[in-house]
Amino acid sequence: MKTRIIMANLLTWMGVAAWLWACSSFGPPGWSEEELTQLRSLWIGSLPPLPADPSNQYADDPRAATLGQKLFFDKRFSSNGQVACATCHLPEKLFQDGIPLAHGIGTTDRRTMTIIGTAYSPWFFWDGRKDSQWAQALGPMESAVEHGGNRTMYAHLMEKFYAAEYEALFGPLPDLLDLPARAGPVADLEASRNWEAMSADDRELVTRIYVNMGKSIAAYERLLIPGEARFDRYAEAILNGDAESAKEILTPDEIAGLKLFIGQANCTNCHNGPLFTNNDFHNTAVPAALGLSEDVGRVKGLEQVVADEFNCLSSYSDARPEECVELRFLVRGGDELKRQYKPPSLRNVAQRGPYMHAGQFATLEDVLHHYNTAPKATIGHGELEPLNLTEGQIAQIISFLRTLDSQINAEPRWLTAPTE
Amino acid sequence: MQHSTSKSKFVRVLLWTGILGALIAVLAIAFGAGLTRSRDVSSGPEDVTTIETPPTSEASAQNLSTLAISTPTSTGKVSTDRDYSNMQLSDNGWYRVSYVASTSVIPINQMHRWTLHIETPDGQLVENATITVDGDMPEHGHGLPTRPQMTEYLGNGDYLIEGVKFQMGGWWVMDFFITANDQSDKVHFNLLLP
Repeated sequence: MKTRIIMANLLTWMGVAAWLWACSSFGPPGWSEEELTQLRSLWIGSLPPLPADPSNQYADDPRAATLGQKLFFDKRFSSNGQVACATCHLPEKLFQDGIPLAHGIGTTDRRTMTIIGTAYSPWFFWDGRKDSQWAQALGPMESAVEHGGNRTMYAHLMEKFYAAEYEALFGPLPDLLDLPARAGPVADLEASRNWEAMSADDRELVTRIYVNMGKSIAAYERLLIPGEARFDRYAEAILNGDAESAKEILTPDEIAGLKLFIGQANCTNCHNGPLFTNNDFHNTAVPAALGLSEDVGRVKGLEQVVADEFNCLSSYSDARPEECVELRFLVRGGDELKRQYKPPSLRNVAQRGPYMHAGQFATLEDVLHHYNTAPKATIGHGELEPLNLTEGQIAQIISFLRTLDSQINAEPRWLTAPTE
Repeated sequence: MQHSTSKSKFVRVLLWTGILGALIAVLAIAFGAGLTRSRDVSSGPEDVTTIETPPTSEASAQNLSTLAISTPTSTGKVSTDRDYSNMQLSDNGWYRVSYVASTSVIPINQMHRWTLHIETPDGQLVENATITVDGDMPEHGHGLPTRPQMTEYLGNGDYLIEGVKFQMGGWWVMDFFITANDQSDKVHFNLLLP
């Protein structure tokens, strides 16, 4: 009898001890094989090396990056001397501006996109109307509401302030003395008339200088890559089988949010890969911004990129035609493209409100509620389906999104205005 | 007597406690083993499950041996009885068609190429066909982000399809409209991307 009592007690305590061991060893539930595949694909360790830009032979030239950084921060390159690229792409705000509509000389119709990580994208702007970083950089410089400048003005400025650096990279500057102070294919009537009056050869010479400015700025912008976020450290620990370390990195709510992000909430349909964007175009029934002219998104962007004088197939591109695969195999236009916009990267998204292409949503809560209720698109074909998330689940997803905050993975000297 | 009764009651309680303890131990061990299995899955970044797809014929076996596609999953989101084979007979039975991708695993967000191999059902190579391509996600109501095209006949019944890109995981269909020797037919492939 005594032995049975001792055995019974022994078993009781063994059971309790085993239970406690099981609970303490495995905090959050494990990840399925499918979820692990998703984690691996989102992990920044899956980000491939910086892709080549065959359209820009100077893309990886450090001298071009140095010149490009100077141009990026130089306010003299605007009609009022007050606007630089960095006016809307502020380094201290993750190379965006934190306001609904970009503000330069005037106000644009779109939200400023961050530059970080865009070297990986085949398309630029919300509607993909440009197909390289250098072509993108040239757009705002001729926009009446952004830099408000024109090509001969920029050529003269390059000669005045950056002649030595320019010529070391691109060869001798042409004689610009006889060219008008203001001329270019821009909205400004006088500048436009002056441009038309110039010879084709002169226009070509000036445009070459303009293109080389863009290629220099792009060489700088390529260096701005997102760094490792808390999510990445968690994913790496999980992928290495180190559950003990992993549970110290994210909270249970953040992990639950991550599970929803790659599961029920369907976020990875568009926000996939290590940059949390597929760089494609989607209509998610985002309401039109009040007071702005009609915006059809990708439908127009596609027409513009095909016609763009600076696209990959243009004479200003350094790429061979066969290297311009995105343009060669471009989808045809159609209703499906109406009000499609590019999903931005979600890295640092919590610090990048307001959201959507015209800053329509002030907070991540607004964004998540939009996707959860999935309104029908009023124009084009919306892709949303109701998610049936609870308020608690929405809060968990937002908690997870905050784990995507990170520093920029670039040398500190690239993250401020150049000193000289 | 009374003392004896209360003692046996005490023993019975202890016995039941012991049995309960044993049950807890068994449950805890089973739970722990389950979690360990789940954790083991994550033990290596290279631990992606792939399946080799069957070659269409001996002639193309070498080409196809490099292909690996992701295993269909059982998440419930996608029907598992769909035919994900990379070799299909065309709708009207004119052609037996197989594909091989230029990458070892079909990627997301990366432009890549396919080689389409076309034979008749009795094994005759189909030469100089014209081919058009269409693809979409039936459950999402949208198509491919690109417009793939047949750009070159490589000989041996092989055709180069360039400009293939998928922008998200899930169930995709790829349709090839093939015309050769005045016979047109369509072949349909299902893909399940991670």
